Amino acid sequence: MATYTLISSNVLASSAASVTFSAIPATYTDLVLRVSARGDNTSLLLEMTLNSATSTYSNTLLLGDGATASSTRNTGQAYLRAGYVNPSGSTASTFSSGEIYIPNYTSTTDKPMSSLGMTENNATTAYIANYANLWQTSSAITSISLQVTGQNFVTGSSFYLYGISNA
Amino acid sequence: MATTYDKIQSTTLASAAASITFSSIPATYTDLRVVLTGTVNGDTAYMTFNSDTSALYSRTWMTGDGSGAYSGGGTNENNIRLAGLFTSLINTVPALITVDVFSYTGSTFKTCLTTLSVDKNGSGETAREVGLYRSTAAITTLTLNAGVSTYTTGTTATLYGILKA
Repeated sequence: MATYTLISSNVLASSAASVTFSAIPATYTDLVLRVSARGDNTSLLLEMTLNSATSTYSNTLLLGDGATASSTRNTGQAYLRAGYVNPSGSTASTFSSGEIYIPNYTSTTDKPMSSLGMTENNATTAYIANYANLWQTSSAITSISLQVTGQNFVTGSSFYLYGISNA
Repeated sequence: MATTYDKIQSTTLASAAASITFSSIPATYTDLRVVLTGTVNGDTAYMTFNSDTSALYSRTWMTGDGSGAYSGGGTNENNIRLAGLFTSLINTVPALITVDVFSYTGSTFKTCLTTLSVDKNGSGETAREVGLYRSTAAITTLTLNAGVSTYTTGTTATLYGILKA
């Protein structure tokens, strides 16, 4: 069995308010979601929900903006903060780079994960956002939805979901 | 021929253990990657290569704990730490640790990148660390050591090989 397998991908041919991967098979050990995206408004935050759930998410953030580093935390959230995307004011044709790693996504224990999002654009302030994420649930993850607060992903934004097996 | 991203070895602990060792690592890949998900019932976690505990390791790290961002480092150390702030590991909430070891069979010194992601809904840490092992020997053994602590039952560690050829 291949170890690192593309499960599904979505390269947007037109703008979209959200992107969802559903019916994720339980045949892998870990999931990796690679995102290159841009929004059509000013928000930076990439929001992620799992299994359409809107509770028991939390995160710890380490953020760098090219000048300073800072760290913040959110608890009791309705969504996971899964990185940053380039906003509309970024240099034309620049998209974010990011990766979300979800280990043991079928386990019956709480789900730790990591996410990384970067918005380099050779002009305005760029960010590198490192998140430690937690979803408190015993449910296996079967769907992943992504959106940017109050705006759309623009055409050309790409999303690739991979499964990794240690079997 | 090996494929691009292969599982080499995987361990899920049936009982608590002070260390997890991957030995007899084949030289057929370009890079190595370790993914560990689990908890430590103490506050330490280290990594060594080839069972070598001489002062050949150094590291530079940055971390955030929800209230501040920190960076530090160390030289001539006996291992590579797997976390920026050790206290973040103590919990029943599992942590995610990854280790990437680059050109592990090369005849130059070995660099690695480690990450720690552990959020505990009110505490936790997200850390990145670059490590250096000043040895020209190929890496054939990789040990994840919990120091004076243990990795708890159910902790899973998997070693993958990544091939460029």
